[in-house]
Amino acid sequence: MPATTYVEAIRQGLWEEMERDESVFVMGEDIAVYGGAFKVTKGMLERFGEQRVIDTPLSESAIVGAGTGAAINGLRPVLEMQFADFMACGFDQITNFAAKCRYRWGQAVPMVIRAPAGGNIHGGPFHSQNVEMPYVHTPGLKVVQPATAYDAKGLIKASIRDNDPVIFLEHKYLYRSVKEELPAQDYTVPLSRAKVRRQGADLSIITYGWMVHVALKAAGNLSGQGVSVEVVDLRTLAPLDRRTVLASARKTSKVILLHEDTLTGGLGGELAGIIAEHAFDYLDGPLVRVAAPDTPVPFSPILEEAFLPGVKEVEEKARWLHSF
Amino acid sequence: MSLTAVAHLRTEIDRDLCRRLLYYMLMMRELEERIELKLYRQGKVVGGCYTGRGQEAIPVGSAILSQPGDWLTPSHRDMAALLIRGITPKEILAQYMGRATGLTRGRDGNMHMGCARRHCVPIISSIGASIPVAGGLALAMRYRGESGVVFNYSGDGAASRGDWHEGLNMAAVMRLPIVYLCNNNLYAYSTPLDKQMVGHDIADRAAAYGLAAEVVEGNDVLAVYDATQRAVAHARSGKGPYFIECKTFRMSGHSAHDPADYVPKSLRERWSRKDPILMLQKYLVDEHAADERDFVNLRQQVLAEIDQAVEWALAQPFPDPSTLEEDVYESV
Repeated sequence: MPATTYVEAIRQGLWEEMERDESVFVMGEDIAVYGGAFKVTKGMLERFGEQRVIDTPLSESAIVGAGTGAAINGLRPVLEMQFADFMACGFDQITNFAAKCRYRWGQAVPMVIRAPAGGNIHGGPFHSQNVEMPYVHTPGLKVVQPATAYDAKGLIKASIRDNDPVIFLEHKYLYRSVKEELPAQDYTVPLSRAKVRRQGADLSIITYGWMVHVALKAAGNLSGQGVSVEVVDLRTLAPLDRRTVLASARKTSKVILLHEDTLTGGLGGELAGIIAEHAFDYLDGPLVRVAAPDTPVPFSPILEEAFLPGVKEVEEKARWLHSF
Repeated sequence: MSLTAVAHLRTEIDRDLCRRLLYYMLMMRELEERIELKLYRQGKVVGGCYTGRGQEAIPVGSAILSQPGDWLTPSHRDMAALLIRGITPKEILAQYMGRATGLTRGRDGNMHMGCARRHCVPIISSIGASIPVAGGLALAMRYRGESGVVFNYSGDGAASRGDWHEGLNMAAVMRLPIVYLCNNNLYAYSTPLDKQMVGHDIADRAAAYGLAAEVVEGNDVLAVYDATQRAVAHARSGKGPYFIECKTFRMSGHSAHDPADYVPKSLRERWSRKDPILMLQKYLVDEHAADERDFVNLRQQVLAEIDQAVEWALAQPFPDPSTLEEDVYESV
């Protein structure tokens, strides 16, 4: 069986859920006739018809509001934000309404908002951001970001079957840069379950998204230098799998919190808080955050490379922490 | 002041309709007065009190036409829409008092209530946000081949929000079955209409997006009823959304704490002569369909219902603090 890319895995997962459940439909900008900016919905209009594959005006807030209304009224919308950056235009609908329906009036909102996120594609300040944290900080939302093709398919299917609103962040750089053979049969990957990607003894790198691959590469290099690194892929950012995070921290006693998102207010700080509160006695070194600096995402490749956390930086921080 | 003529009023059916219109307007008026002027001042109701005093004709004249399968998204000035959908004064009072048996079980207050079973979506405080949500409710009904209509309620302030424009435009493009009831009460909190927009009619904006749109005398319950009949027929037959701008006035502050000193006295006096309840009563008297004694009896019936509901609500339990973290997610 040929290998499937991350983007094709998402398309397959979405397609299979559309086949399985008539209440699932997709809606967004340029997704029907054009097949979406990244072609995730390519071919769906022909297969499922315009009732279930809906092109909208350029109106993110109305897309999210209408998706929420449809979810309240019995459907399972999968909305596409053309870029995660523009989800900000629907922020009020997401955080003030969709996220609060269950708590306020016991109303489920089974809705997925797919949003291509992340950098390393020379997209500049409006097409490269990692926007997870405002949504992680909103009770009622689930926030997911797969790192592999297998997880991308399994997580999109699980997100569609979930009865809470899910922000599904797809990493644009991973879309066509990672691929693997996928099982032929139906499968899902459960939400709120992290995965230990690589076992290690000396220190843990807790991360998600594209940075999982950066961490794995660094871990591979470090193993040749006698440093055994464990890599934890969070997969779901909210609600967090605290158990797996804490188990890894207790096991290795030294932890790097790595993310592509900017440093201040990033998930690394929250993870550090959790570990400090619940595993302090196990720690043999400071909690180390590796993240992008607090700037907008720059365009010029040389600037963007300097902005993004890289393998070299992770290795240096790991060696420093290992020798602490 | 003359009301819109409704043919055959003297038939029993229309007398019954008028009686129901009067009942719901009176219930909303008296229930809100009890909440704002008594229970709030006694400290039995905390938080905000947003009433629709003087605007009762709008939710009543429209929601009375809703069918069981239809959906409603009332604003905070549309309590009667909830009553018409079967939400009881007891439930409303328990909600206002933050009790466990209120519609949000104490998670939200005042008019921020709804009920999926009765197809009422609670208000979203970021005003105007319900406009796109109505689109999704309507889309789902059409998706399943149902003939339902969404009744969406908002005010003049909402028309300044981006959501209002995005939502109306999308509904027009998708030809969604929605009836928009806009209560233009001339003030968004303290901001008068001329500081919200240039122009006179909000309906002009809806028409610009391609919606069928009209302006009605919002304090005339029969005029609202007539316009809503036209609008529902239009939307239900697949012709797309319909916008009704109801000219009215907010005969209260924005909330119980607001004396509304910014409203010129003359303006308030002018509108006080257009009380929707008195207008309908005068019409019924002129048509020899009812007399003062009927109105007194009806009001007594309403007050007795409210007395019972208050007594019941005051005896309801408060939510258990141990449930604080429940229902954020279905399961984790």
